[in-house]
Amino acid sequence: MDIFLQLTVSGLSTGMIYALAAAGLVVIYKASDVINFAQGDLLLLGTYLVFFSVAQTGLPWSLGVLLTLLLAVAVALAVERLVLRPLVGEPIISMIMVTIGLSSVLRGVIGAIWGPNPRSFDSFLPAGELAFGPATLATDRVLSIPIALAVLAGLGFFFRFTRDGIAMRAIADDQQAALSMGISIPRVFGVAWGLAAVSAAIGGIMLAGIVGVSPNVGSIGLRVFPVVILGGLDSIGGAVLGGAVIGLLEVYIGFYVGHGLNLVVPYVVLVLVLMIRPYGLFGKEVIERV
Amino acid sequence: MTEGVRRGADVGSAAPPLLGLNNVEVLYDDVILVLRGLSLEVKEGQIAALLGSNGAGKTTTLKAISGLLHVEDGEVRDGTIVFDGEEIQGMDAHRIVEKGIFQVLEGRRVFEHLTVFENLLAGAHTRGERRGLEAETERVYDYFPALAARRGQLAGYLSGGEQQMLALGRALMASPRMMLLDEPSLGLAPMLVESIFTTLRRINREEGVTILLVEQNARIALSVADAGAIMERGRVVLEGDAGELAANEDVKEFYLGLGDGGRRSYRDVKHYRRRKRWLS
Ligand SMILES: Nc1ncnc2c1ncn2[C@@H]1O[C@H](COP(=O)(O)OP(=O)(O)OP(=O)(O)O)[C@@H](O)[C@H]1O
Ligand SMILES: [Mg+2]
Repeated sequence: MDIFLQLTVSGLSTGMIYALAAAGLVVIYKASDVINFAQGDLLLLGTYLVFFSVAQTGLPWSLGVLLTLLLAVAVALAVERLVLRPLVGEPIISMIMVTIGLSSVLRGVIGAIWGPNPRSFDSFLPAGELAFGPATLATDRVLSIPIALAVLAGLGFFFRFTRDGIAMRAIADDQQAALSMGISIPRVFGVAWGLAAVSAAIGGIMLAGIVGVSPNVGSIGLRVFPVVILGGLDSIGGAVLGGAVIGLLEVYIGFYVGHGLNLVVPYVVLVLVLMIRPYGLFGKEVIERV
Repeated sequence: MTEGVRRGADVGSAAPPLLGLNNVEVLYDDVILVLRGLSLEVKEGQIAALLGSNGAGKTTTLKAISGLLHVEDGEVRDGTIVFDGEEIQGMDAHRIVEKGIFQVLEGRRVFEHLTVFENLLAGAHTRGERRGLEAETERVYDYFPALAARRGQLAGYLSGGEQQMLALGRALMASPRMMLLDEPSLGLAPMLVESIFTTLRRINREEGVTILLVEQNARIALSVADAGAIMERGRVVLEGDAGELAANEDVKEFYLGLGDGGRRSYRDVKHYRRRKRWLS
């Protein structure tokens, strides 16, 4: 039983980090119908940015985290302005292709600056262990769950209730009608990329503490795709659920069934879910009036 | 068409018009000339009807004013558009909304996955965060009571008439000085058209909003309008008071004289063409 609890906490904590990165993808998709293939690399970037901001500058944690988030927003705004804004009005597919290119560029730049070797530094979350009945749980993993959930709830609130959140959903429904409301599309896209970068960076900060800083983190970033497809591309709640399902499946199967399979099974589940619900678990309903 | 009614710029007298278009030329894709020196004036507080057959350039005129042309690769190549004493041609759409001009697009174009209430908030986008806006929605429900009961519903599930009301309600939420309405009667039953136009007149009077109204349904448009203009192939060919236009022989023959049966079949053709475009 205690091992089960340990696995569950571990699966949920990685799952919520997936969900944070995935939520950024959802934000961009909701606002612009663009699937951001560089979202996993933003997560990777987050781990290096926090390494830079804390370990390399020697700043205290509070300031270091702030600097990480600011840098992430700066990168996202630069990408939005220099790479994506010139493409507004072009077919969506060209923007999507650009995000694929962006993914390689980000990796290349990270490799050029920080090199191929893993870097280590002290975790931001307290390292100790929590006794939880018979089980001992890593404090950083336990803490990462509520932190991630709070950030995700904030994003959900943003979409539901704020002016820019409503504007984003309006743009996704009908761009020209949104323009006619006086909504500035470049501004809203900028906000979307900024938020996507922040949520990925927060995921990156926690990931840096839990698994360390290395180019391999990029492969964790790839998990973003099954997570969002499972949850539905345009739902923050779906990202949370998708993250939890994928994170848990990985550890349960890795432990009870055997290593190797845990990397395959999430995709099998994904295909099964899509056969029953083609828009994912929480995908936007397609309105057909007769 | 003869020059039966007063022509061109000498319609206005003392006060400068709220909106003035002077020799506007609009080009699509750098080659298709659609507006060919269009001039038009709308006085503050009035409802002005802009009439004309399919393809005359009515929608293009509205989009030239509201700044929505450039997303369709159109541009104002020549002439000026003056709103409240300021030239606005070529400005970004959101700045024009901030200046007080709000276009209601043809075909309702509600945000299907937003609720009625959220659609209304989207209409007030340029007015800042939502404090105070909830009270504003009550004003919309007062003009369009049918929307009140559906405030929490997704707009995609409203009937066509309710969607048109919502589209007008979004415009009200922006508190504009001027509304540009593109065929609000399109596809609605005659009874509903009557009631919506009565409400438009009320909005015009009570809110003091100036309205430029594009319509195929010339009869109903001239019945609520103060002034009117008739367009053909990218130019205004006739303008004057609504009453004078309605009495004009040419207007009667070409725009009112078809009789109900004739006009209905004409509209059916248009409808069919639109459907086909959506399906392909
Ligand atoms: N985006 C575009 N690109 C090229 N040509 C266009 C475009 N939009 C409109 N046109 C052309 O401009 C002309 C005027 O179109 P517009 O939509 O302004 O007419 P309209 O008077 O609103 O007609 P309707 O009564 O059918 O709505 C038409 O010949 C049309 O084919
Ligand atoms: Mg038109």
